[in-house]
Amino acid sequence: MITVNTESFPWEEGLTITRLIKRKRFTFRMLVVKIDGAVVKKPAWPETKIPDGADVQVIHLMSGG
Amino acid sequence: MKLTEKAFFAHHDRDVLAALRQATVGVAGAGGLGSTVALSLARAGVGRLIIVDFDTVEPSNLNRQQYTTDQVGRPKALALRDNLMAAQPFSRYDAGVERITPNNIERCFGDADLLIEAFDRAEEKAMLIEAWCSLHPDLPIIGASGIAGWGSNESLATRRYGNLWLCGDFESELEEGIAPMAPRVGIVANMQANLAIELLVTSYRNRNNA
Repeated sequence: MITVNTESFPWEEGLTITRLIKRKRFTFRMLVVKIDGAVVKKPAWPETKIPDGADVQVIHLMSGG
Repeated sequence: MKLTEKAFFAHHDRDVLAALRQATVGVAGAGGLGSTVALSLARAGVGRLIIVDFDTVEPSNLNRQQYTTDQVGRPKALALRDNLMAAQPFSRYDAGVERITPNNIERCFGDADLLIEAFDRAEEKAMLIEAWCSLHPDLPIIGASGIAGWGSNESLATRRYGNLWLCGDFESELEEGIAPMAPRVGIVANMQANLAIELLVTSYRNRNNA
């Protein structure tokens, strides 16, 4: 089990950030992803495997400033 | 009568002022958020502000950004420095006219104790947050997400993700018919500035009591 934005989510072997985003149906255009507090840059999402028990934050950013 | 620093900050709490006078804050972007954050932090007494923006002041910026009609056409970072000097002349204001990329973030903001993300486009926000959090996982960055429109004060909030804080409503994307307006952009900018003061003062007190 992992935590995604404070909610529990089932972990599986080989779960990458890209797969998690697809599973969660996150469709936001711009996201920042942190695993256990550390930012993972977007180009690394397809290869980054999420460890069991990880605390994942998927942060949605909107234009305007 | 000559304006003195002592008179300017006469009503400030002494240890809060001491914390802010020795602080350096980076402001990435000098639009509606950045220009407002910078003015508030200057008035609060932050000792040094580093402002970087590649853009120039346009007429359509004047509905919410801290520029005046005679500044149209000037680089925003330089116009903002002038306005900061006019508002509070006792701090150091460094203005950079360039586009911020992952390659120059450290050169621009390497001296900052805290970074304000005040960009317009979500892509740029993500780039800055990713780069800053990778370079400085222990230094705070305060961004904004969801500032457009008007009304619904109660929807505005602050969320924390480790060393990243975001202020806004987290839902109002810029789109046709939902323009950014001075009051709501100003509220979110001042939420960022208010939080920056809190983090700087807390860090100062922790260092001095340790």
